[in-house]
Amino acid sequence: MEPAQEQYHGLEFQRFTRFHRVLHIIMIVSFLSLATTGMTLKFAYTTWARLLSHLLGGFESAGYIHRFAAVALIGIFITHVVNLFHRKKKEFGSWKALLTGPNTMLPTKKDLHDFTASMKWFLGKGDRPQYGRYTYWEKFDYFAVFWGMIVIGSTGLMLWFPEFFTRIIPGQWINVATIVHSDEALLAAGFIFTVHFFNTHLRPEKFPMDMVIFTGRMTIEELKEDKPAEYESLVKSGELEKYLVEPYPEIVVRAMRIFGWTAVTIGISIVLLIIYAMVFAYR
Amino acid sequence: MIRFRNTGWLIVLIALCASVRLCSQTKDDCLTCHSDKTLSTKKGSATISLFVDEKKYATSVHGVIECVGCHSDLKGKDFPHEQRPQRPTCLGCHDKELAKYAGSLHGKAVARGDALAPRCPDCHGSHAIVPVRDSRSNVAPMQIPYLCGRCHREGTPVTRQHQIPQSSIFENYSESIHGEGLLKKGLAVSATCVSCHSSHDILPHTDARSSIARKNIAATCSRCHTMIEQVHRKIIKGALWEKEEHVLPACVDCHQPHKVRKVFYDQGMANQDCLRCHDRPDIRSSKDGHSLAVKFEELTASRHVKVACTQCHTGVSPSKLRPCQTIQQKVDCASCHAVVGDDYNKSIHGKLSARNDQNAPVCKECHGTHKILGKKDPASPIFSLNIPQLCARCHREGKKAAVRYKGEQHEIIEHYTESIHGKGLLKSGLTVTATCTDCHTAHRELPKSDSASSINPANTPATCGRCHHGIEEKFRKSVHSSDVTKTSKPLPVCNDCHSAHTIRRTDDQGFKLSIMNTCGRCHEKISETYFDTYHGKVSQLGYAKTAKCYDCHGSHDVLRVSDPESRLSHANVVATCQQCHPGATRRFAGYLTHATHHDPAKYPLLFWTFWGMTSLLIGTFVLGAVHTLLWLPRALQMRRQRRRHMESKE
Repeated sequence: MEPAQEQYHGLEFQRFTRFHRVLHIIMIVSFLSLATTGMTLKFAYTTWARLLSHLLGGFESAGYIHRFAAVALIGIFITHVVNLFHRKKKEFGSWKALLTGPNTMLPTKKDLHDFTASMKWFLGKGDRPQYGRYTYWEKFDYFAVFWGMIVIGSTGLMLWFPEFFTRIIPGQWINVATIVHSDEALLAAGFIFTVHFFNTHLRPEKFPMDMVIFTGRMTIEELKEDKPAEYESLVKSGELEKYLVEPYPEIVVRAMRIFGWTAVTIGISIVLLIIYAMVFAYR
Repeated sequence: MIRFRNTGWLIVLIALCASVRLCSQTKDDCLTCHSDKTLSTKKGSATISLFVDEKKYATSVHGVIECVGCHSDLKGKDFPHEQRPQRPTCLGCHDKELAKYAGSLHGKAVARGDALAPRCPDCHGSHAIVPVRDSRSNVAPMQIPYLCGRCHREGTPVTRQHQIPQSSIFENYSESIHGEGLLKKGLAVSATCVSCHSSHDILPHTDARSSIARKNIAATCSRCHTMIEQVHRKIIKGALWEKEEHVLPACVDCHQPHKVRKVFYDQGMANQDCLRCHDRPDIRSSKDGHSLAVKFEELTASRHVKVACTQCHTGVSPSKLRPCQTIQQKVDCASCHAVVGDDYNKSIHGKLSARNDQNAPVCKECHGTHKILGKKDPASPIFSLNIPQLCARCHREGKKAAVRYKGEQHEIIEHYTESIHGKGLLKSGLTVTATCTDCHTAHRELPKSDSASSINPANTPATCGRCHHGIEEKFRKSVHSSDVTKTSKPLPVCNDCHSAHTIRRTDDQGFKLSIMNTCGRCHEKISETYFDTYHGKVSQLGYAKTAKCYDCHGSHDVLRVSDPESRLSHANVVATCQQCHPGATRRFAGYLTHATHHDPAKYPLLFWTFWGMTSLLIGTFVLGAVHTLLWLPRALQMRRQRRRHMESKE
């Protein structure tokens, strides 16, 4: 064992708070529900869509599930934004501090540098860049979801309450909303169930699964290897000890792993069904 | 007999004509030309002589009448006349006879345009008409059989072209007791054709007014045979006359109409005579061994209770030991049921039967033989509840009619049973529900391709409209009706949407869902774009709750969208949306219910939105995929390093 590990008495680094982990879990459940129920309608011309729709108790019941999950997701979105305000007040004091601090989600010069360095690394022309707390692809994922929620959420509300919205907008826009809602959802599902799954959960070096989003914990060694810049800055400032916690018992981790794998399986199944519908059954 | 009812009037007319120079064409004036034996005219290719025998004319009953008395249209005309004179009508003098004639078989045939039908001169002659008493007259009793026989003799066009139930009439008559009396013994009082059939008032025996109708025949015969009842009382035991009136035979049942012989009929051909043999259960045909036993109680319970055996089984000879041995014709129901017989002959069943097709059904296949019951009798095979099973005998899959059938309809009976009509009839017991015969007709079934068929597309709306009249009225005004849309393309009729034998309830989920594909058979593009919308997609998933074609366009009353009456016209469209979306406004109705994002000309907004979104998708996926794939080798390398590291530690 590395000296650093012994030094921390088997404690692990806490990357995500319980609050964030709970939000992610709720998001997984609601997003999978939305994707499953929505796809039955989008690909209504396939046999699997008909079957799935019946399995979900019919288009009306699928519609209830879809809207219930949508409300949950909108809730998460609002909770996240409210939490940002809260943290701005409690932790950062100002928006500037929150948005330009070292752990910002906004793209920075370092991200651009990291990106070019990564390309070099991929091509064998350099070492792995010294990634910080949030890498550029993690930031991309974050904003993809942020943008997606606004687009899908707003168009979804238009489709939910067409009679209300056509008091303001022309009826044709409901058709536009349908296309935007459905294609943006296809993008979200497609991206999350392939690129996001690979980049964050199933990367070969983390295989079978990176559990940090469920446990919130990673070993110091992993931190040092994965996010060297963050590790160094924490060691330098001496704040690392603040984030050290006991690991979860094995049984809890196993339960979380089962949950994670279930979600991944459902997600990948949806991708396969979409590919089937678009490539083999498209009309 | 010719009588001058208006003699006085005639004399006045003649006197008037004589006094006025202009109308003074006398017989002599006409005969100036018409006494020339070579005078003739051409009608088509035939040469018609216009010669009038002055001597015969002068001695005829009409000798005192001027030519223009009958050829009245030539009155006052200059002569020689150019125009062909009209056919003289005997009207004015012989009105009573003409009235009878007009209602008779002959008169009706003339009115129909039957070229073979006789007119006055065909029997009475033209310029040489002599009184009936005169033995030279065409219509003198001695001449009558020859006169009638001109047409009613075997092999003449009349017997070949008309269905006359009796055959060899003239030949039989001449050998009958009446014919013998008249022709061989010269008894002018013997019955001739007109004695029974009347002279001008000839009617078929099926007509109740006819002198030879069953109920009138006794009166007709007893005009000569006045004492006949007494004679017959000796033979037929008097008791029957009162007790069982309907069992009594009519004269012709025993004495064949044209073959009456001078025989002492100690065995009259009453039903009992037939039953003497046919009552035995073991009686069989010597030809093919089929049973000839008759259950008389079946006949007495049937509709034909008043019909004697020999009325249907014609051609018996009561004088023979086996009177039926002379029967040659099969029972011909059309001799009484003439209209139905006509229909049957035109039907596919009748046509096949005429070709001696073994599979063709004749009357008895459906109606039975002796046990014929009315269609309102539940025990009858033609009672509405029994009709599907009746037709199924041949039209069920694998049976003789179904095997020959080359069309699209299969398992007809099974499908019908499951259809709304079949369920109504067989499960709910509604006798008014449509059965086979309601659509295909009872006697005039024809294939769909025949333009006279009740199920030919041109006639289908009227056929269905017999029950669904309100629907037919709506349909006739709709865009699908040929009354409204003039096109060479086939327009849909009832069965194109509702099917023929599998007609379902329209509130049935399956029907609601299938109707969209039905509309799509013709409206291909518009139905495809419908399936691109939420309404269409939910329908595709198999739920009937969202708007389908007919919810917006109507069902039988589909009109052009441009029609102000249409549910989708500017004035009505909002109300149509409000059926399901109570809060719908004019703007809401702007939703494109048949939107497609594949048509940049018609829907540019949708087209560009779709391609904008698609570009975003493709861009993002390409970026993500390239990044991930480039990363993969390094990630695998890291994994190997880590494993080596772990191993080295252990």
